[in-house]
Amino acid sequence: MLKIDGLEVTFSRAGADPVRAVRGVSFEVAQGESYGIVGESGSGKSTVLRAICGLAPTTGGQITLEGTPLPAPRSPAFYRRVQMVFQDPYASLHPRHTVDTVLSEPLAIQGFERREARIEAALTDVGLGPDFRFRYPHQLSGGQRQRVAVARALILEPQILLLDEPTSALDASIQAEVLNLLDRLRAERGLTYVMVSHDLAVISHMCERLLVMQHGQAVEELSREALRARAASTDYTRRLLKASVGYTREDAPA
Amino acid sequence: MNLLDVEDLRISFPTRNGPTEVVRGVSFSLGRERLGIVGESGSGKSQTGRAILGLTPPPGEARAARLSFDGIDLRGLAPRDWRGLRGKRMSMVMQDPKFSLNPVMPVGQQVMEGLRTHGTRGTAARKAALDMLEAVQIRDPERVFRAYPHELSGGMGQRVMIAMMLVCQPDLLIADEPTSALDVTIQIEVLRILDRLVGERGMGLIFISHDLRLVSSFCDRVLVMYAGRVVEELRAADLAAAKHPYTQGLLNCLPQIDGDRRPLPTLARDAGWAE
Repeated sequence: MLKIDGLEVTFSRAGADPVRAVRGVSFEVAQGESYGIVGESGSGKSTVLRAICGLAPTTGGQITLEGTPLPAPRSPAFYRRVQMVFQDPYASLHPRHTVDTVLSEPLAIQGFERREARIEAALTDVGLGPDFRFRYPHQLSGGQRQRVAVARALILEPQILLLDEPTSALDASIQAEVLNLLDRLRAERGLTYVMVSHDLAVISHMCERLLVMQHGQAVEELSREALRARAASTDYTRRLLKASVGYTREDAPA
Repeated sequence: MNLLDVEDLRISFPTRNGPTEVVRGVSFSLGRERLGIVGESGSGKSQTGRAILGLTPPPGEARAARLSFDGIDLRGLAPRDWRGLRGKRMSMVMQDPKFSLNPVMPVGQQVMEGLRTHGTRGTAARKAALDMLEAVQIRDPERVFRAYPHELSGGMGQRVMIAMMLVCQPDLLIADEPTSALDVTIQIEVLRILDRLVGERGMGLIFISHDLRLVSSFCDRVLVMYAGRVVEELRAADLAAAKHPYTQGLLNCLPQIDGDRRPLPTLARDAGWAE
């Protein structure tokens, strides 16, 4: 459904060396699939998502949605099909907009009818309920904010959801709630996810296939079964797997 | 004698509706060991760490029935006496190097600041700082010594923080989420440095974190905090046998690479836990 072929993202600034954030990354996501991208900070994993939704410049390669190359800038029709949830719910919601304003904006842009009913339904879908409609972000907890961010993305009834570390700013118990919510919504609506995280356990829980990235390049692609069997073919992935267990004292000194 | 004794520590902040206690009667003692304090945001774990160093931000107020470090009563200590203790005898590594290093001061000067305050000057201070930077596995200490914080990566910055806090060889180090801002593989390296230094120098370490899995693999003993109280204290190795439903819930709600539980168990909070 979504195909990324040899994607390159280079940021160039006057008077500085250009930064090649993503260097030739390719992958394909099927309809209804949940695809994970794992890597450390600076590996370019978030930039891939941003490039898909047109927030980062595509300097090489091609992104196609059902065989059609994406227009630049992205069309409103694209955003009806593809929406993104950002990492930090403390930063991604406008502090002086109520939940109602946040949710109305995409509806107004896309010219949707029955806005009130849609807003209430979206809030109910993410487990908040219509009571939350006129609250400001500071009146919400971190988990509630991320639910609002998910509701904002889902209100246009997209087919693909791009999730950029949706739970890394949240406590473990809240993370479980948000992951469950995402899981349920995918099952109910047949959504396609592309999810970025630095946490292998989260990716293993959520995604059927995953791509490991390092220094802007794809290191290897694994299925969930291969990940669970620890069948990593590169050193880097093995190191990530080892680090995800926690600290081990018997390690040889560095 | 214990390195640190804390008994009935209470920290309160004034609000419109009267004072709110964020830490409500925490007691523990620490020897020369690694103690983990785990809890969610708002559980009072960071405030507990700060109160030990007398760094409760005003208008907050910390009170305790007993708060003694190596036989010194820390309650009502004069600012002058605090200056003699902080840095030299006990110090604290903060969470994010981006916000806790001085952005307009070269790293070397910052590392030496503590030494100078406590009487080491000139080339001796410079040498101690360089040695310390090397001890935290910084490859080119001379270059880093002259660098400004923005020229360093997050992992390097956190090592500089650790170097800065350890350069005076304190007896007690409080590390408040020292690795949360770092990538997993770098996280392990930083922990290894801390582990080695604790082992070699016989320091006491209080490791504050929200990551139960990490803490249990690193520390000897773990305190689990909930709503300003310690709900459970246990040896790290016995974590799987945790009795308190909150600890069990925290452990259970983590996704696992091998687990396939759908939906993930969520934490059903019981109002009784906060009592």
